[in-house]
Amino acid sequence: MYGKGLRELSIATVAVMAVALALVFFWAPLEAEQGFLQKIFYVHVPLAIVSLCGFVVGGVFAIQHLRTRDSRWDMRSYVAIHMSLIFGVATLITGSIWAKGSWGHWWEWSEPTLVSFLIVFLLYATYQPLRFAIEDPERQSRYASVFAVTAGAFVPLNFIAVRLSSEYLHPRVLGATSNLPWQMSLTFVVSLLGVALLFTTLCKYELTVKHTRMQLRALRRLAERRDGATSGATSARRARSAAPSVHATAMTARPPRAAGGTTGAAGAPRVARPGS
Amino acid sequence: MSATIPGASGASGAPGAPRTPDASAPASADERQPGLGSRPRRVGTFAAVRALLRKELLVELRTLESVPGMSLFAVTTFVVFHFALNRNSVDGDLAAGILWVTLLFAAILGVNRLFVADAEEGGFDAFLLAPVDRSAMLLAKALTLLCYLLVLELIAVPAFALLLLGPSLGHALPGLLGVLLLGDLGVAAIGTLVAALAVRTRARDLLGPLLTLPLLVPIVIGGARASAPLFVFGHAGGPPARWLLTLGLYDLVFGLIAYALFDFLLED
Repeated sequence: MYGKGLRELSIATVAVMAVALALVFFWAPLEAEQGFLQKIFYVHVPLAIVSLCGFVVGGVFAIQHLRTRDSRWDMRSYVAIHMSLIFGVATLITGSIWAKGSWGHWWEWSEPTLVSFLIVFLLYATYQPLRFAIEDPERQSRYASVFAVTAGAFVPLNFIAVRLSSEYLHPRVLGATSNLPWQMSLTFVVSLLGVALLFTTLCKYELTVKHTRMQLRALRRLAERRDGATSGATSARRARSAAPSVHATAMTARPPRAAGGTTGAAGAPRVARPGS
Repeated sequence: MSATIPGASGASGAPGAPRTPDASAPASADERQPGLGSRPRRVGTFAAVRALLRKELLVELRTLESVPGMSLFAVTTFVVFHFALNRNSVDGDLAAGILWVTLLFAAILGVNRLFVADAEEGGFDAFLLAPVDRSAMLLAKALTLLCYLLVLELIAVPAFALLLLGPSLGHALPGLLGVLLLGDLGVAAIGTLVAALAVRTRARDLLGPLLTLPLLVPIVIGGARASAPLFVFGHAGGPPARWLLTLGLYDLVFGLIAYALFDFLLED
């Protein structure tokens, strides 16, 4: 279901990332003041942009979930926020390295983008603890969606507030995108595209894995029920993850084929297939 | 509206709700669809808000669970700041920061307690049984929290002026009141939403502050920047309009967000 087109997407991601890195290292001109250090701009800024967009997209998916009550939207929202958190960690680390390199401190409070990113990150860091702390799956997904919408709306507001609060002490590369030489702009756009593709691909992988695991669990539960082995320990074991789960009722409703196949093989001789 | 109604658990009509031994109460049938569709007018919202607010304030007056604790916490925090900073008086940025941090942490104590009685004693169930708009509860709780904050500031601000503040408060008082009121509105909206979100979780005492603090950062920025010039020696003039506007916009947006989302938290 989610695995469709995954291979093409992966290949496209690898290709664009390779092109982007090649452009960054071999083609884009060295910046006059910062020199080689400025190359981290092509990694840090796309990571930050994609991560923030992922948070907002998670909020939009959460709105869809609240409107439709379809648990697949909840899972998409969860995956988008989860992946954005991982990208957020990478953003903070690369931002720190950049700050250390260019200003001499690991952290720079007068850089509003970095500060507001930290606040957003701290808020979203409570998303999974919130999910973990709610037992009932239906309520868990509903409350998580309310949180995702609130936090998604908070992202732009927080940026405005923090930006207002700080004076511009440092020249800012991001604000000056329009003044960049065109080689730098092009490299930046390709990098952004590459990181966005990476985000999409990873999200798709996570969705596929979760969906497959849930199907597997449903099948295993079905097999257990058919074996008559009511081993309560395995079937009643709760998942340790706070990830949402889509109940694969379609899977359990279907008549089991695996069990029928084995009994058929042991009993009457198999009828020759029309093709062979 | 009494706090506990026996057998009120039948109102929790959601299919996945854990504690529904007899989830067949017909009264809950029209309660399941939240505010997105067209909602029939029932009992007037303002009457419901008034009744709920009266109940909340009455409960607080009788139990004295929140406001005295919040006020005591604020005063104690000023004492702690005196020793932590080793200063007898503060002014300007530092004074504004101390005041806002203290008020915020005291407010979080109130936020944490806001829905506890409803969750534990069946107040949610009783409210869902009543044929009123669900936003009434948001409004009533936000107004309750606003009242708590106003009483808290009635105690904390004079205590702050007495214990720590260097310049006299007299001429700055009207401006400060405006800033505090705008900040309180935002804290009330965000606090009510987060309190409702956190109260049904296992780690509510931990999650409440964790969720509230980042959401309140813009209010701290606006409040502290707006009140910092009021605490400077020899300053005459109001708080900067830019920050009042920021605070007001933030209050408005989060008021709308809380209004749009609160219904979803009251479904079971």
